[in-house]
Amino acid sequence: MLRLAMLPDCARFVLRIAPADMAAAGQVFGLALPEAIGAVAEADGRLALKLGPDEWRLHAAESDGAEIAARFAAELGTTPHSLVDISHREIGIEVSGTAALDVLTALCPLDLAARPVGSGTRTVFDRVEAVVLRQAENQFRLEVWQSFAPFLYSLLEIVGQEVEAGL
Amino acid sequence: MLLIHCPYCREARPEIEFSYAGEAHIARPADPSVLSDEAWRDFLFIRSNPRGTHYERWRHTHGCARFFNAVRDTVSDKFLMTYEAGRPRPSEAEIEEHRS
Repeated sequence: MLRLAMLPDCARFVLRIAPADMAAAGQVFGLALPEAIGAVAEADGRLALKLGPDEWRLHAAESDGAEIAARFAAELGTTPHSLVDISHREIGIEVSGTAALDVLTALCPLDLAARPVGSGTRTVFDRVEAVVLRQAENQFRLEVWQSFAPFLYSLLEIVGQEVEAGL
Repeated sequence: MLLIHCPYCREARPEIEFSYAGEAHIARPADPSVLSDEAWRDFLFIRSNPRGTHYERWRHTHGCARFFNAVRDTVSDKFLMTYEAGRPRPSEAEIEEHRS
């Protein structure tokens, strides 16, 4: 069984900062940033995913976006960093159900079955770049650029039908 | 499909996530204006193109998005090892260690 859902909007940021300063950034964001690439930290509706050696993806409630940007500017004003608001660049798609892994594996060359629950990474789904978060054994969240979302969503629907039909 | 080991993610990832970025360890001249046309041409266009061990730059575009260096055998197309950008060219002994 496959369940697909477009997720409600949220505030999204790309944070680039030297690893030495990540503790300070974590304090400003209100959530200790994860240290290992692919690790996720989550608390109180906020989420931080480490994508690269000095790159983090931050999620928060949509209404908190402006406050987070203002806090980074005020409290990390003298620390070199870059905080880019990408809230409207991306759309979240939730893929869940017993067929979720089969459907995603059909589109992605990465071995998603081997990735632990509570981890995330950037990868490619049928040539569309997406950030994938594994939230539970059979629950994934894809973050994909707005313009690619209808394409990827319909592709997931089609592959879902194929998997259900046993093709 | 090749699996390429990313030195930053520290895992083998599918080739489609990566993009090639030319030969590695080519330093840009500090002051290009004093170079002769021939020397500047050599910097811009002349590459070693060896048969066998080749040092090259790759970017994990659809992953951590970082540039890194790789040693690849141009005959077998096998990646012998990968290492972080900025590190010196690995010695023969280091490459042999990874080859086994």
